Amino acid sequence: MTMHFLLLFSRQGKLRLQKWFTPIPEREKKKIVRDMTTMVLGRKPRSCNFLHWKDLKIVYKKYASLYFCCGLDAEENELLALEVLHRYVELLDKYFGNVCELDIIFNFEKAYFILDEFLLGGEVQETSKQVVSRSIEASDMLQEVSERPRSR
Amino acid sequence: MSPSVRLQEMIRVIRGARTQGEERGVIQRECAAIRAQFRQADNGTRSHNLAKLLYVHMLGYPAHFGQMECVRLIASPRYNEKRVGYLGAMMLLDEKQDASLLITNSIKNDLSHSSQYVQSLALCTLGCMGSAEMCRDLAPEIDRLLRASNSYIKKKAALCAVHIVRKVPELGELFTPASRSLLSEKNHGVLHGAVVLITELCERNPETLEQFRKAVPELVQIMKGLVMSGYSPEHNVAGISDPFLQVRILRLLRILGRNNETASDAVNDLLAQVATNTDSSKTAGSAVLYETVLTVMDIKSESGLRVLAVNILGRFLLNNDRNIRYISMTSLQKIVQTDHNAVQRHRGTIVDCLKDQDASVKRRALELSLALVSAVNIRSLMKELLLFLSSCPPELRAHTTSGIFNAAERYAPSQRWHIDTILHVLTTAGGDVRDETVPNLIQLITTATELHCYTVHKLYRALIADISVQSLVQVACWCIGEYGDLLLRGECEETEPVQVAEDDVLDALETVLQSHMSSPATRGFALTATMKLSTRITHNVDRIRSIVSIYGSCIDVELQQRAVEYNALFKKYDHMRAAVLERMPVIDKSSPGHTNGESAGGSIKEMEPTKRTQEVVLPQEPANQVCDLLDLLGGSGEPPQPSPALSTTALGPVSSTAGGDLLDLLGGLDVTPVPPSVIVYEKNGVTLKLQTDRQTDTGMTITLTATNSTDREITSLTLQAAVPKSVQLQMKAPSGDVIPAHGLGQVTQTVLLNNPNKVSLKMRVRVCYTSQDFVCQDTVQIDSFPSPAW
Repeated sequence: MTMHFLLLFSRQGKLRLQKWFTPIPEREKKKIVRDMTTMVLGRKPRSCNFLHWKDLKIVYKKYASLYFCCGLDAEENELLALEVLHRYVELLDKYFGNVCELDIIFNFEKAYFILDEFLLGGEVQETSKQVVSRSIEASDMLQEVSERPRSR
Repeated sequence: MSPSVRLQEMIRVIRGARTQGEERGVIQRECAAIRAQFRQADNGTRSHNLAKLLYVHMLGYPAHFGQMECVRLIASPRYNEKRVGYLGAMMLLDEKQDASLLITNSIKNDLSHSSQYVQSLALCTLGCMGSAEMCRDLAPEIDRLLRASNSYIKKKAALCAVHIVRKVPELGELFTPASRSLLSEKNHGVLHGAVVLITELCERNPETLEQFRKAVPELVQIMKGLVMSGYSPEHNVAGISDPFLQVRILRLLRILGRNNETASDAVNDLLAQVATNTDSSKTAGSAVLYETVLTVMDIKSESGLRVLAVNILGRFLLNNDRNIRYISMTSLQKIVQTDHNAVQRHRGTIVDCLKDQDASVKRRALELSLALVSAVNIRSLMKELLLFLSSCPPELRAHTTSGIFNAAERYAPSQRWHIDTILHVLTTAGGDVRDETVPNLIQLITTATELHCYTVHKLYRALIADISVQSLVQVACWCIGEYGDLLLRGECEETEPVQVAEDDVLDALETVLQSHMSSPATRGFALTATMKLSTRITHNVDRIRSIVSIYGSCIDVELQQRAVEYNALFKKYDHMRAAVLERMPVIDKSSPGHTNGESAGGSIKEMEPTKRTQEVVLPQEPANQVCDLLDLLGGSGEPPQPSPALSTTALGPVSSTAGGDLLDLLGGLDVTPVPPSVIVYEKNGVTLKLQTDRQTDTGMTITLTATNSTDREITSLTLQAAVPKSVQLQMKAPSGDVIPAHGLGQVTQTVLLNNPNKVSLKMRVRVCYTSQDFVCQDTVQIDSFPSPAW
């Protein structure tokens, strides 16, 4: 699933996470974020989850108060993209236990770490939920150990 | 106590800010503190400060001063610092920043770290933001990791290799051998990465593609295993075993099977199996089925399989899930040209989707419906489209109307149906139609001669109901003007007879003229129509005269000009009024008078084209005409015509001179008193007379009159003229182009000549007409003109 970017934003348009898989200048990134939030927040409640923007397909899904929005190449499988977004939400849910927006706000770096165990370079790197969760746990353990005053 | 509480504290404070200004203040203070901390020596809080900075960055504030800190943290031996450092690198550094090169060495070292989680950090960062240079540097390392490491690292190395190949395509060859062997791995993560890598390699290099075609059987085996295997808890999603991997394998098979019979054959069975065995009640299954359908349509699959695929799409159309309906229609759109019949079978469902709530689904349904129109289904499909038009969202209206018009034009079963359809569209959505609709519709109406009565009745009724839709009003006015006599006659076979009085008709036209809803063009149409009625009605000509004279002082210049000209027609040229306002002949789609901008008919264009409308030909045109009077064809690249074979047949009293081709008309005429008109051409029963109306020192006005003594009418009569260089020529519109038989009627055309340099006035006239299905074309030369009648 070749993603160009993945964005999470709230109902008020506040950005909670942004992952860019292609090199884009800072100003351009801001513009894309603005366009995405406007487009997605402007959709009627029971519309379909696919949009067109420039030459990209945009797939978005609303989970509680957060919008998960990704930009794909035109040949990609949109239904699979929905599954990818869903899988990410499941991983977050497993990690935080009934994840809510505040979890992602106050622990944004963890959200990134989880994403980096699931996607790499815009592609899915691991298709098993358990493997991803176990890797995160192990990395967290390693982090805790290295944070102690006298590490190794 | 977890050290990141300070980060969370900062987040809490920032969120607590009540205004944008307050937030900015807090952030400025924090950033200053962070900057100060960065400048200090290592104090164990660097990672937290960077994390704070990254949060601030996400809010949109500048954070470039953290770039060097990322570099330092990545080089740290401690995992927690590396983790945040690499995260910062991925957020703050991209390949365009110079600082990104500085981390290349750290990445290189970390790729061989003893801890796989450190290796993983390096791989992830390289695969996310590695520049071409970094990729070239580190590619051999990645290749080593692809071959000899655990599956956790292998899967990441594979995707890192994908990124490298995207940045530096030549390095693809480096990874090809390793990727081939990865296909025999059992670990799904590695397998998935391998398939993605192979897909990328094959897409970029045709030779690699050839090579990997041999792997098709292996891929088919893997896929079969996934589809037919029992429940596997680790990879199961809604009953599908690892849909992510299945979709990627299907995509790869698609690329390998494209344009290749052998590869396509090998996967036919598999695709049929997947298509029938996959449960599509949830999105995961639908995603796999969708990919299967795309693959079937793209490779050289057998026809049974293609039909199966289209049927799957048809089933998707009935799915409750809007997303599935949407993607089904986008797929059908792609194949509607190649597999037209198969898609036709689902036309009913597609047309139902026109009524869907979702705007994207509606748009797709419209595109598909228009693509499915054919001669067979035009009537029923048009009903649905017209129904759709009455309730469609405004952004789709223009597209719908033009689609309907195109379809009607290509497949109209009868002219009456065609006209009815266009009228229906104009009444429903006349404001959203293209500009060419009005002339196109007028042209269509003129060709449907039997339907003139029906059309004008219908249009009249529409006009008195509503005059706000300009396109409809314009067409209605034109028809009423043209066929007003049929309207007043009252009887009409196709509709119920209705008694329309002359006053009613004139009332309707006057309402249009006076309404502020009417655009200037519409008022022009209405005025011309009123004028035309003066020859078609009997009692109210005075009313028309008064309307016309009122508008002679209208503010609108166009209307004023028209009114003044029509006034002149009433006063000075009343004898010509009937001829001028005669019924128009059928407008040919390719004729020069047709105003829709399509290419006008061929070779006549370069010469002085005679326009059918009442517009005056611009005097600039004579200047472009051929300079050499003796060679009418010189200036334009037309195929040589039989002329200058001038007619040398006897023209009555005129004797042909020995000067060869030139006629000397006046040679024999000088003696007798000059008759007002002179015959300049007589052949095939067609006679062309020239009469001088007025002559001054610097110009003259002549009238050419054509009559026909044969017993079949002459059609498509056109007259063209050429004069010496310094003379200006202006040809008015002819009265018509059909000369009735037996001398019962004539065609006249006025020509104005302006001769400021007082050169000797000569004129060459080319006559073209169709007589008894033969097209005739002749040229006559006029060397001297008769003196005027008065």
